[in-house]
Amino acid sequence: MTFLRSILLRREAGILIMIVIFCAAVGLYKPQFLTGQSLRIVLLLTPLIMIGAMAQMLVLVARHVDLSIGSMLGFSAMVVGLMYREIPDIYWLVGFPVAILTGAILGLGNGLLVTIFKLPSIIVTLGTLSLYRGLTFIISDARQINRSVIPTELKAMSRTSPIFDIPWIILIAFGIAGITYVIARHTQLGRQIYALGSNPEAAPLRGIDVTKVTLIVFTLAGALSGLAGILYASRWGFVNPSNTGAGFEFQVIAAVVIGGVSINGGVGTVMGTVLGVLLLGCVAAALPLLGIPGSTQNAIYGAVILIALLIDRSVRQRGMISVAGAAK
Amino acid sequence: MLKKSMIAATAALALSAGMSAAEDIDIVFVGKNTGNPYFDSLTQGFVDACEVIACNFEFVAPATAEATSQIPFLEAQIQRGVDVIAISPNSPDALNQVFQSARDQGILVLTVNGDITGNEQFRDATILPTDFTKVGADQIEMVGSLIGYEGEIAILSATTEAPDQNFWIEGMNETIANDPKYANMTLVATVYGDDQPEKSTTEMEALLANYPDLKGVIAPTTVGIAAAAQVVQSRGIADQVKVTGLGLPSEMREFIKDGTVEGFQLWSPYNEGWLASHFAVGLKNGTMTNEVGATFEVPNLGTITINDGNSINTQSALTTFNAENIDDFDF
Amino acid sequence: MTDSAQSAIRELAPARPTWHVVLVRPETMTFLLLIFGLVGASFLSPFFLDASYILRSFTLTAEMSIVALVLTMVVISGEIDLSPAANMALSACIFAWAQEAGTPLPLAVIVGLLAGLAMGALNAFMSIRMQLPSIIVTIGTLIFYRGLAQVIAGDRSIRVPDSFIGINTIMIAGIPLPVVIFVGVAVLLGLVLGTTVVGRQIYQIGTNQAAALHAGINAKRIKVGLFLVLGVVSAAAGMMAASRLGSVRYDLVLGGELQMVLMAMLGGTYIFGGRGTILGTFLAAWLLVIVSTGMTVANLLPAIQLTVLGILLIVAIIATNFIYARTQR
Repeated sequence: MTFLRSILLRREAGILIMIVIFCAAVGLYKPQFLTGQSLRIVLLLTPLIMIGAMAQMLVLVARHVDLSIGSMLGFSAMVVGLMYREIPDIYWLVGFPVAILTGAILGLGNGLLVTIFKLPSIIVTLGTLSLYRGLTFIISDARQINRSVIPTELKAMSRTSPIFDIPWIILIAFGIAGITYVIARHTQLGRQIYALGSNPEAAPLRGIDVTKVTLIVFTLAGALSGLAGILYASRWGFVNPSNTGAGFEFQVIAAVVIGGVSINGGVGTVMGTVLGVLLLGCVAAALPLLGIPGSTQNAIYGAVILIALLIDRSVRQRGMISVAGAAK
Repeated sequence: MLKKSMIAATAALALSAGMSAAEDIDIVFVGKNTGNPYFDSLTQGFVDACEVIACNFEFVAPATAEATSQIPFLEAQIQRGVDVIAISPNSPDALNQVFQSARDQGILVLTVNGDITGNEQFRDATILPTDFTKVGADQIEMVGSLIGYEGEIAILSATTEAPDQNFWIEGMNETIANDPKYANMTLVATVYGDDQPEKSTTEMEALLANYPDLKGVIAPTTVGIAAAAQVVQSRGIADQVKVTGLGLPSEMREFIKDGTVEGFQLWSPYNEGWLASHFAVGLKNGTMTNEVGATFEVPNLGTITINDGNSINTQSALTTFNAENIDDFDF
Repeated sequence: MTDSAQSAIRELAPARPTWHVVLVRPETMTFLLLIFGLVGASFLSPFFLDASYILRSFTLTAEMSIVALVLTMVVISGEIDLSPAANMALSACIFAWAQEAGTPLPLAVIVGLLAGLAMGALNAFMSIRMQLPSIIVTIGTLIFYRGLAQVIAGDRSIRVPDSFIGINTIMIAGIPLPVVIFVGVAVLLGLVLGTTVVGRQIYQIGTNQAAALHAGINAKRIKVGLFLVLGVVSAAAGMMAASRLGSVRYDLVLGGELQMVLMAMLGGTYIFGGRGTILGTFLAAWLLVIVSTGMTVANLLPAIQLTVLGILLIVAIIATNFIYARTQR
């Protein structure tokens, strides 16, 4: 156990070092990157991905994957946007429970398909990725929710701050990371998610209700995507049926895989995921500063995922060798 | 039983289609993609026109705006045998073959709001919202008036290859270089936000970081101008950096009202649809001719001339929106 | 219960009547859906039922359908590849870029094919050599290949020479060439999978890789081979698309991976490997064209198509799983 922990610690230290080296290298070339203003830009880029990454981390740890979170984000944001448009007098904070509940229902839908029909989550969520996106078009009649419809208070959450000049939206994202940390490390549910992912066959023998835990994980992923949905409306001030959340799943998977969450389940930490998100944020903020066209961003994301997979693999292999050695 | 009722229904459909075709011109407008607020207003122009003149109108658009996504929709319209295809093309050349087969069937092909530059022989005419040769100069004058004709300015555009945007940017560069009125202004950078809010935002932030003395930003794209305005609003630097460009009043109203943006420009998308349907029906009925130099009358718009390259403009100059008139526009 | 024990029981069980064997097959479901789709689409729009229109519409997805046939074999072998659509775009961009830079056309085609081969090789290296799950690997390469295409072409469309344009206008007995190629590839792959030793080995690997290894089958080599073939075929398909469109942009067949997987699944290919036929994917390719063309010509909101695609995918997997679970008893 201590051995496993030391690997994880090394992994997180590794990402931290990568962030430092990256920022130093960019800073050498463009000193203005190493200012408080840049930190603000990076942090403002990441809240949605941070929340989505927490969702994806839980799903991956349980040895599943959810490709539909971008579409769940889009659908939830659209439901809230339509609500604000049709009921202009509604108290703006009502949007939060509505978005979270909408997302949770969609996530539960994924979970039910996975558990009842015993289907692989990757194919189910590839299907719901398309299905939920299509429903977003249908409920909105393929029209955008405009800036004027989104309540001013909601939009202001991306600018105004209750404390230390840190905007609400960033505080919420780190709050979610904190809650996920508590769930993962200090609750029975957390332990069960990790146990399920490390060894799905043995999980029932250890008294884990596999169906229940799987359903909870997918529902949580949906709820968090819903929260990210209303924060999208806050951050960008509109909800578009085709753009909102499109491709979000890939950014999130990139961040999570970089953060050291294993695609084979059972392994992954909140700290690593947060660092993975921040690294991606730094890259996204640095590219335009360096004058590198945005079109390279996807190639970089893809390469980073592949490299992270190879690192994950070599760490695992070394781990297996020493475990085998210890067993002798 | 099922089969019988189906045949009856099919016959009824065919009959109604046949009847309307005898009287009205069937016009379909293929948008870039669904969910694009710009086209809501443009489509309304078609709809309103077809209520007063003899045409049937339908709007279709793919879910996403990639180069080839409009092709199945065009094939379907050819199969339906419509009279007129109006389209805002997603690609300057990928649609040539489909346009060709449409025109072989006698369908009138009009590009609206953007042209297939370099492949003009594949469409009958193009309807552009304004004279694109003047957009660059107008935008430079706009930003110049906001910054007192002095200081550094930058451009935040859509994609690197967007033909219209690049044409306007060329005009901006020429205006700054040649017109002594703008001798004290320097264009320091042109960056591209790919018409995505996230990318446009990071590009705008990078502009502010790389050019601390920046006085003005022109964003000749509806997504870019809103993103740029949001950055300025969020940083609270509206008095130091002036944002202007081309934007939709419905998306910019908030920034005009709170003083983040003092003024921006656009044309009327509605009039494009209005003009396109009048022109299409006129051509099909033989009351208008599609010849360079020909003129025709359109209600509310006055006399319209067909310019070189069978290009038609709905208005001669850009409309400027500011705090005084923003509430008069609802698109 | 292990698979070999299951198959032993299957062989011991009394033979089922022929009608049962024929009817309770996923391909039968696909075929019935196809008929249903034809009737439904004719009902939706009076303009639909026209052979030349359906053929013309099929040419729009013929490239993807050809790739889906090879993908079917990859899935039967127990792997998956989500990157062929991105591969099509990148190969086509590299091809167009090479010929624009002055490379003679035939050489440019070879460059494009080699690019596809290299992409297949990277997938194979990561999934087979490094033993990483192909589904995650190819999500990574899907983003990576599409991203590279974006780096090469930016967002401009690269024209291809006029002599290369128009594969879809070449008619053979009144049928567009891409459709003829699709049918030819289907027959060829159907024969390979159904009658050759390699074909049988692919099924064995997908059913039970450990048992296949014991039986002396070089599973790794066959899987690597399949990834390489898929890479090259994707590149060829990408260039066919370039010929049809006359120009190439990085967003060629964006999101096409969903449709390709859908074709395989709708045709009754079992997502966990070991089962599936080329005939099934062949029928499913036509089914998808009929469904989407029917909806497009009826001017339905494209979003409804997205929704229907998603539902079809989920229903197809549930139905195939159900049918296989039944026949296994």
